[in-house]
Amino acid sequence: MAVIPVEHGLMLATVLFSIGLLGLLVRRNILYMLMSVEIMLNAAGLAFIVAGARWSQPDGQIMFMIILTMAAAEVAVALALVLRFYRQFQTLDTDAANTMRG
Amino acid sequence: MNFVNSLLWTIPALPLAGFITLALFGDRIARRSVSRIAVGTVSLSALLALVFAFRFVTAPPEGQAFQQALWSWIHVGSFSVDAALRLDSLSMVMVLVVTVIGALIHLYSTEYMADDESYTRFFAYLNLFVAAMLTLVLADNLLFLFLGWEGVGLCSFLLIGFWYEDPKNGRAAAKAFLVTRIGDVFMLIGMLLLFWHFGTLHIQTLLGAVNTEGHSWHLTLAALLLLGGAIGKSGQVPLQVWLPDAMAGPTPVSALIHAATMVTAGVYLIARMNPIFIHAPGIQHLVAVIGAVTLLIAGLCALAQRDIKRVLAYSTVSQIGYMFLALGAGAWSAAMFHFFTHAIFKALLFMAAGAIIVALHHEQDMFKMGGLRRRMPLVFWTYLIGSLSLAALPLVTAGFYSKDKILFEVFTSEHGKLLWAVGVAGAFITALYTFRMNFLVFFGTQKSEIHKGTGLAMALPLMLLAAGATVVGFFELPAVFGHFTLFSSFIEHTLPGTHGDHASHSLELMLMAVSTAAVFAGIAVAYFIWGSAAKKSSDVTKRPLSRLLASGMGFDWLYERAIVSPYSAGARANAADAVNALYTALVSGIEAIAFSLARTQSGRLRWYMAAIAFGAVVGILLVVYA
Repeated sequence: MAVIPVEHGLMLATVLFSIGLLGLLVRRNILYMLMSVEIMLNAAGLAFIVAGARWSQPDGQIMFMIILTMAAAEVAVALALVLRFYRQFQTLDTDAANTMRG
Repeated sequence: MNFVNSLLWTIPALPLAGFITLALFGDRIARRSVSRIAVGTVSLSALLALVFAFRFVTAPPEGQAFQQALWSWIHVGSFSVDAALRLDSLSMVMVLVVTVIGALIHLYSTEYMADDESYTRFFAYLNLFVAAMLTLVLADNLLFLFLGWEGVGLCSFLLIGFWYEDPKNGRAAAKAFLVTRIGDVFMLIGMLLLFWHFGTLHIQTLLGAVNTEGHSWHLTLAALLLLGGAIGKSGQVPLQVWLPDAMAGPTPVSALIHAATMVTAGVYLIARMNPIFIHAPGIQHLVAVIGAVTLLIAGLCALAQRDIKRVLAYSTVSQIGYMFLALGAGAWSAAMFHFFTHAIFKALLFMAAGAIIVALHHEQDMFKMGGLRRRMPLVFWTYLIGSLSLAALPLVTAGFYSKDKILFEVFTSEHGKLLWAVGVAGAFITALYTFRMNFLVFFGTQKSEIHKGTGLAMALPLMLLAAGATVVGFFELPAVFGHFTLFSSFIEHTLPGTHGDHASHSLELMLMAVSTAAVFAGIAVAYFIWGSAAKKSSDVTKRPLSRLLASGMGFDWLYERAIVSPYSAGARANAADAVNALYTALVSGIEAIAFSLARTQSGRLRWYMAAIAFGAVVGILLVVYA
């Protein structure tokens, strides 16, 4: 089985993280922003897996399991928030919710 | 009879109780009861004082003083102040004057103030004053004395500004308070110096320590500072400016506070602290010089006043100048004797003047009086007796014996010749202004209508004091007239004796003749100027010299230019408060930063995200590269 070099894995994780961050910054639709956050979480998980494989340690996979669990919990809460958000503002645009500006 | 001795505390406590009653329940008490409480408490104090005086003579207490410790007032480490009373012969004289004359003035006030709407307030203040003054003279500790000292200052302020609806009176009250406060600060520093050096403020212990220490710069400085306090309270040059303005208060107040008692607190202080001054001969000489300068300046100012009360006020300043002169010359008992006679005849003069002022519907200008001799015979005769005593008419008046004792002892003291000459010149001026006043008020043509007669409550004190102004002189006769020294042998239980006894009788007679000649010359000149043609002198006030004298030798003008104006100008210039500007700038700077940072709180989620990401990047870069 060909071993994937650790540099490639980390590069992929970096690209994914950047795409997620960029999406978070440019998107105004709250659903897309949530998806971007998921992509960033997955990038982080991938980085753990790669690192775990590199040093042949199970810790990386354990961390990935924790991230998955946390992402599930996060989505559960976030979707409930999105529903409340839509009821409140009749839109999914986050900039509509800037009423607490200083 | 120890029980009577233990009643010492009631002498100041009775007027204090009167004050508390009037202050708390005054508005629920009928006027008649108010005057009963006020006059009653002070009269009881006077009776008690007389009992103590009687016991003092018949059964002299141990150590020539009644003592009573009341409670421990302050006790911190080695510093302890007891609220203790001590009644020796010096205090005895003061207490008798304060209570007896105080009681007479209270009685007089019941009629004088009868129509005033703040009747209760007046008597409450007056009772408080008597209580504070008694604390001052009975205190056995300098700090306790200072309590009374400030108490009388407060009452003086309250009573000068009694008719506070007129802002002029309020200004006079504030002026009196501030000017005496300058002296009080000196006195406080002096007390602190004494405590720092001797470790106690208990007067007897302190004076004992002073006598064992002898001459030192501490004592010289302390004497100077105490003198500062005495000058402020007693209206001596250069702090005399408040006393003439203090006449804004009701006339009984002028009689009690600004003639008989409070203004002589400075004399009492110096007499009480006499060892300090004896061991600081330079300062003691300064006391005499201040007294001489004051008696001359104030006497000259009294010559040009139109207001009858201001004449009396300047006269008071001048007579206290005599007392200071005596203190400075080491004639302690003569100073106290003059205090004693002056309290009587000056209270008499003020009260008689008050009777005239009431009769003429609050007219105080002497040039609008005149010819009152026939219309107000009682007031005329009592006023004349008081005036003769003030002018020191020989043989029959109290003022003669006390003033002559001062002049004689000043002459026989060291470097006393010049001071004596000033004193004799002062005697001439005293006679001159006293009889100017008499001729203007009682002789000539009548210019104002009399609205109101003099009732019994006002007449009785006048008659009693008129009798006193004649009789008390015989308590102390000079060597040539039998050498009867009731007063000085009494007071010399406390104060050091005099030195002039060895002087020859011929010298004494000669000095007496000179001062008598000065007095008669004064009366004669007054008769020639004001006795015959009173109206001629009314425009005298337009001449520059008279204007200068009428304004009190320009002291007010000088202080206005030198102190008050620069101070107010500074205050106005700094109205925006330069120091505060620094703090305002600090506040507005922080505010500006806070507002600009608040703008980043835009409510836009994506901006927050960008900020977090940026922060994370910076953080990582710092961790990796720094």
